[in-house]
Amino acid sequence: MTDSNHIQGRLDWITVGFYVFFIGLGWLNIYSAVYSPDAPLSFSDPAFYDSNAGKQLVWIGTSLVLIVCILVIDFRFFESFALFIYLGLLLLLIAVPFLGVTINGSHSWFKFGSATIQPAEFAKTATALLLAKYLNDPLVNLSKFSYQWKAALIIGIPMVLIIGSNETGSALVFASFIILLYREGLPGTYPALFMGGIVLFVSALLVKAWVILLVLVLLTGLLVVFLPIYMQRDPKTYVLLSGAIAGIMTLALLVDWVVNNVLKEHQRNRIRVLIDPGFDPRGLGYQVTQSKIAIGSGGFWGKGFLGGTQTKFDFVPEQSTDMVFCTIGEEHGFIGVMLMILLFLGFLWRLMYLADSQRSRFARAYGYGLVGILFFHFLVNIGMTIGLMPIMGIPLPFFSYGGSSLWSFTILLFIFLKLDSHRSDMLSR
Amino acid sequence: MFTQRRNLIFLFFGIIGLLFIGKLFFLQVVDDTYEKAADNNAIRKIIQIPFRGEVYDRFGKLIVYNTPVYDLYMIPLKAVVKDTNHFCQVFRVTREYFIKTTQRARAYSRVKPSLFLKHLSKEDFASVQDAMVDFPGFFFETNAFRTYQSRSFSNALGYVAEISPTALVDQKDDYYRQGDYVGISGIESFYEETLRGQRGVKYRMVNSNGVEKGDYKNGSLNINPISGNNLYTSIDLEIQEYADSLMQHKVGSVVAIEPSTGEILAMVSAPSYDASLLTGNNFSNYYQQLALDPMKPLLNRPPSAYYRPGSTFKLVQALVGQQLGFIGPGTVYSHAGAPVKCHVHGPVDLRGAIRVSCNPYFYHAFRKMIYDNTSGDTYERSATGLQRWADLVANFGFGRKLGVDLGNEKKGILPNVDYYNAVYKGEKSWKFSNIYSISIGEGEIVVSPLKMANLAAIIANRGWYIPPHVVKGVGLAKSIDPFYKTPVKVGVEAKYFNVVIDGMQDAVANGTVGPDGKIPDILMVGKTGTSQNQKGKDHSIFIAFAPRDNPKIAIAVFVENAGFGGSAAAPIASLVVEKYLKRKVDRKAVETKFLNMNYLPNAYGGIARKKLAIDSTKK
Repeated sequence: MTDSNHIQGRLDWITVGFYVFFIGLGWLNIYSAVYSPDAPLSFSDPAFYDSNAGKQLVWIGTSLVLIVCILVIDFRFFESFALFIYLGLLLLLIAVPFLGVTINGSHSWFKFGSATIQPAEFAKTATALLLAKYLNDPLVNLSKFSYQWKAALIIGIPMVLIIGSNETGSALVFASFIILLYREGLPGTYPALFMGGIVLFVSALLVKAWVILLVLVLLTGLLVVFLPIYMQRDPKTYVLLSGAIAGIMTLALLVDWVVNNVLKEHQRNRIRVLIDPGFDPRGLGYQVTQSKIAIGSGGFWGKGFLGGTQTKFDFVPEQSTDMVFCTIGEEHGFIGVMLMILLFLGFLWRLMYLADSQRSRFARAYGYGLVGILFFHFLVNIGMTIGLMPIMGIPLPFFSYGGSSLWSFTILLFIFLKLDSHRSDMLSR
Repeated sequence: MFTQRRNLIFLFFGIIGLLFIGKLFFLQVVDDTYEKAADNNAIRKIIQIPFRGEVYDRFGKLIVYNTPVYDLYMIPLKAVVKDTNHFCQVFRVTREYFIKTTQRARAYSRVKPSLFLKHLSKEDFASVQDAMVDFPGFFFETNAFRTYQSRSFSNALGYVAEISPTALVDQKDDYYRQGDYVGISGIESFYEETLRGQRGVKYRMVNSNGVEKGDYKNGSLNINPISGNNLYTSIDLEIQEYADSLMQHKVGSVVAIEPSTGEILAMVSAPSYDASLLTGNNFSNYYQQLALDPMKPLLNRPPSAYYRPGSTFKLVQALVGQQLGFIGPGTVYSHAGAPVKCHVHGPVDLRGAIRVSCNPYFYHAFRKMIYDNTSGDTYERSATGLQRWADLVANFGFGRKLGVDLGNEKKGILPNVDYYNAVYKGEKSWKFSNIYSISIGEGEIVVSPLKMANLAAIIANRGWYIPPHVVKGVGLAKSIDPFYKTPVKVGVEAKYFNVVIDGMQDAVANGTVGPDGKIPDILMVGKTGTSQNQKGKDHSIFIAFAPRDNPKIAIAVFVENAGFGGSAAAPIASLVVEKYLKRKVDRKAVETKFLNMNYLPNAYGGIARKKLAIDSTKK
């Protein structure tokens, strides 16, 4: 194809605009988070490039190189080589326990000179590609179990490997593929059960098992009373219904058992901190407490750029990586975080719009995979800084400091933009 | 296929987004606890204590100033002591002290400074300077001690000490923090707010390890400390010290006032204490000792101790009696019919009655004042008469505060109708025969030495006084409350004073005052008094002013347990007056006699002395 000469004309510049804006804003936040009013570093100072802000500048520069690489690669490469990319990543994930190094307690990093790379970050992209390729087959029908389990396998293998290297947070990101699957025809029961599972899970932590069972029995009662209005009263419906209810109850008991017996103490505590903000404010609750203080102290208008005191003086651990949202909250106030959330939702909307305009199912599915991953990060990262989600090591896309994170999101996004730029070249199937 | 699912998915995203915005609105806009928590986290308030104001005497001599002292702090994280023995040698501490203090500091915080050694003198500070390079993590902070040029003025001056827990709770403007120093008594307490200055505040940002990271908001909220205002007192330090030396081995007071201005020239309370021992590390030990001393050295007797005025009160009776129209210079009374005793002499007129301090005379005069030459119910007449009398006497400052600028001024007691109604439990339950003791300054009437010095000033001025005060100027402008500039009239016409002053002149020349109390070349007029004391020897009182014309000094001297007024109080007063007016004393023999005279009662050696000491304060 000859259209690759005109790539700039076909690139979705609105999305690129969002990307540039987020990266720029993100860098300013990292700069502010590491800024020291006692000794501000200038760009000419070599020490500046040892600080997170300086390093992030390097990561941003290399990301540009990556973007160029992705844009010059033939768009068919990603579909054709999806399986190889996926298998390659699996190999890296298997190798990491043997060859990797430990950073911040997680043994999931490869070290190349001074740069460290976390394969788990890139496994998402590989999985999205392979999943999209799989769904590209017109015979694949996600309402049928025979296809569902294969899709689940594609998602499940890297997930298990990542859990194996003690990166539960990164592994949970793979749950976001449910959005992709749902869009591609997975019955609505699955996300409903998924959410129900989460509700059950949290309830299991909050209340005793018999309370959950009681509530479920009551709900069932209501269902039995009102169901006949909408459904045929035949014995089969009732059998199905009672089967479903029995299943849910077993699930509830199972979840309760898992929470209290399988989860490790520190995992239970992370969730407990969420439910009970006063729990151990100096120890386990420290990060959440300090994060909420930082954001809460921003007020309506914020303290102004470089004006934050909480985020600047190391009160919030992981300030420029996972907790970068605190800086926005403290320095730009409610107005800043609200605009940011709205912008991010706008960004997601644009991506979904683009995905739905694809003629190939591969590109569309990949697009939804991207949307799902971005949303999951958005949900968990912001959620944990304001105490609505348990603390997990999950970065805020484009904002958080870190090479692996920035690179992986850049690759993830620009593969989609590359595919999008060739949408007229692809066959609709 | 499934395109409508996009909207469902986005609906879910939107709900999550709204949930976040809602939570953030609550965190950032509704709930302000986070804002406070953030300030507690990251902003360290550093208080800078300014120097307290200095105190000068009327000629500009320094009485109290500040000496800088140095407190040594340590930051355990940075403190590295390679050679502990050397360190202990330099700072003259024991090894045990070093280990104990270091451990305590570490337990408090590894990164925040802890006090290591308190109150190093300037000399010690200088001597360790060279060694400081060997001890990183140790640094000095400047503090200040009150330093006293003279120890003769301790009681009126008051002292400075750490604020008490109750005062900390009771404070009005929430200024003091625990450990702050505050004026406790005397002018240190009365002028606390002007002496203390304005505390400075520095807001420093600190990181999560407590390490300072620069000024908060570029120092725009910082306030520089402002030194306290100096106080310019009316005290004549030379006279103060002289009077103080005369009161050695005695319990009592000397108060000297310049009648025309109300300025206090000297105010001695004996026994006194050494204020310089109440600074710094000695405070608690020395304070304990003083507080338990039965002679109550901490009490500032002139405004706070209670005595019966004795015969000195006859001067008030003479003035009030004339003003009310019951007696005059020609009124003569004999001893007949009086329940009070007197020396052997014939009937006397008013001037003579003052000269010899005739008890029956003032009994009769007071009876006349109370009963008003009318007839009827004696109870009812006693009440009306006493009230009329008490209203006029109150003008002299009895039974109320004069408003002296010292803490703890006591009101004293001027018995009036309400007072006796309370004592005798009901109206019309008492009459003149119950209360006649007050006619000669005994019985229920209670005064302080300051009130009697003020009485001398009133007589010197022939009918008015300016509220007595110690401080005549505050700060650079040397300003003063107009209250201490405004004369107060006592409501007795000037003409009635002549006969009283004549009587006082006679009393000194050939009356109750002995030879030791006479100054050959100064015309001093005065009146002796003997304050009855059921628990021991009577108290000796003398009030006077001099010279008779255009008086420069009015004085009251109280010597406890010294007996008759002419014996101790009058000679001491005469010496102070002579010293003040001539700047020297020619009567060396008298001076030596009273410098060495010891009027400390024997009882002060035993258990009984506690009661005696209370006697002078509670009566």
